[in-house]
Amino acid sequence: MISFANVAVRYHGAPTRALDGVSFAARAGEVTAVAGPNGSGKSTLVRALLRRQPMEEGAIEIEGDDITQISAQEIARRVAVVSQREDLSFPMRVGEYVALGRYPRLGLWRSASAPDHAAVRSAMDRAEVAEFGDRNTDTLSGGEWQRVRIARALAQEARALVLDEPTTFLDLAHEMALFELVHSLAQDGIAVLLVSHELNLVARFASSVVLLHRGRVAASGRPEDVMQAPLLEKVYEWPLVVSRDPAVGSPSLVPLRRRASSNFNRQQQ
Amino acid sequence: MHHRAWHWIAMGAVLAALAVISLGTGVIHIPAGEVVSALQGSGDAATVSIIRNLRLPRIVLAALVGAGLGMSGSALQGTLRNGLAEPYLLGVSGGAAVGAVIAFAFNATNDGIIALAAFAGAGVAVLLALLVARAAGRAGRGDPRTLLMAGVVIGAFANAVIMIALANAPPNTIRGALWWMMGSVADSSWAALPWIAGFIALGAGLLIYWAREIDLLALGDEPAAALGVNVESSARRIYLLAALLAASTVAAAGLIGFVGLIVPHIVRAAGIRNHRPLIVGAGLVGAALVISADLAARTIRPPGELPLGAVTAVLGVPFFLAQLRKSA
Repeated sequence: MISFANVAVRYHGAPTRALDGVSFAARAGEVTAVAGPNGSGKSTLVRALLRRQPMEEGAIEIEGDDITQISAQEIARRVAVVSQREDLSFPMRVGEYVALGRYPRLGLWRSASAPDHAAVRSAMDRAEVAEFGDRNTDTLSGGEWQRVRIARALAQEARALVLDEPTTFLDLAHEMALFELVHSLAQDGIAVLLVSHELNLVARFASSVVLLHRGRVAASGRPEDVMQAPLLEKVYEWPLVVSRDPAVGSPSLVPLRRRASSNFNRQQQ
Repeated sequence: MHHRAWHWIAMGAVLAALAVISLGTGVIHIPAGEVVSALQGSGDAATVSIIRNLRLPRIVLAALVGAGLGMSGSALQGTLRNGLAEPYLLGVSGGAAVGAVIAFAFNATNDGIIALAAFAGAGVAVLLALLVARAAGRAGRGDPRTLLMAGVVIGAFANAVIMIALANAPPNTIRGALWWMMGSVADSSWAALPWIAGFIALGAGLLIYWAREIDLLALGDEPAAALGVNVESSARRIYLLAALLAASTVAAAGLIGFVGLIVPHIVRAAGIRNHRPLIVGAGLVGAALVISADLAARTIRPPGELPLGAVTAVLGVPFFLAQLRKSA
């Protein structure tokens, strides 16, 4: 479990806080989504968790331990993070790349042993990338590369997994496949923290949603509680409606064109 | 170990063969068989003396310089995530040359002191490059491209400092400084070798120890941090070790460019990507490259010698342009 308690972050020289009083928990066995518009503080949350950004106030705990009290390696043994962007300057074999996920457990000198190789293999099976273990990373498509990165995170064998906008460059099928994978990982008992602005997909796959707005929690709870049109219009500063998805019954957000929305308002009057 | 053993056998064999050829080549040609027996101390006394006292120190120095530059370049390319990084282009070697020239101008003759002065100069150059990159870039350790540019500027600055130091210097200092600018392994002797060997062994050992951190730094700051690396302190440590290696080579043989650029690419082309084997391989290939370049320097226009730094630059500039085109 990862818990954020009253977390406040201010970037150097910034007049306002990037995160202000953010509290929530990502529990084992659940997908907890953090959503919000650009600049709402989603990625800052990940940076704070990795201690890349110091906190002004508050605390982050991983499995009950304050992150400032444990080593960076210990954090990496407990939480695997797939960051938003990653471009390899020097391509490498997929198998070698996934094996980098074992480093937090190997330290600087211990060489990989049978359990490490087994963890790498099972991570590659789980993320369905085993078939291209011998390919070079620069030959992968966008969807394959994201799955390979998740395989590396799974090789860490951490009990929590953080994904920062994992589907940004993926088409519909790859996006769905990735969300299905994430959902099944949570069912295995992993605490998944999913940072995403794909609200409609989040509503279908997450157990709970934390909606950030200008660094504060605007709403949190079950997707149907958070996906309320007046709230989302305020947060996203854009006219929209929330309907029920006819196929699966989950709440679904439809942004409107400005002209259409004025017609829509007139009709409602 | 998934690196095929024949890579290592090939690298070792090429290095040994080049060393034997190079030992046999000179004003007096000595066949390979006699070279090998002279190394073991048997055969004609004059031949043994030429091989052991005159040519071997030179070959050993060339190998050490090449190994140091190759390993330094590998570490810098991985940490900066940039296939164009190397100590010469980053101004590290230039800073080291300034340190060495200043020590030389103060009549320092002890090789250890000159090496320390070179390391101090290289350290200042690295520090300046990081400061410039940080001032120009965003937070953290700055943008790799900015750092490369900062390095080029610092290299130019180092040249200026050397020229100013030379402007009113006595002829002796000028000759010494010029020697540093052109690079050479010709003045090698057994007495001077332990210093550079010690510094290079130290730098190499520590780099190999921290090689896994370079693997992770090569992924980028965020992924490295996510895998448990303290990015800033780790990167700083690697820069300083790369600077130590480069400075040792500058103190012993002057400015030799582009070896650190070319060598890591050759080793990566053999399929070796993890930095521990990459750094070891770069040491072997770097040694082979500088031995070859030195062989070329003293055989192209006999009986005179070409400056070693000029030979490596002639090899390196087209390579640099090809890399630049690939990365653009």
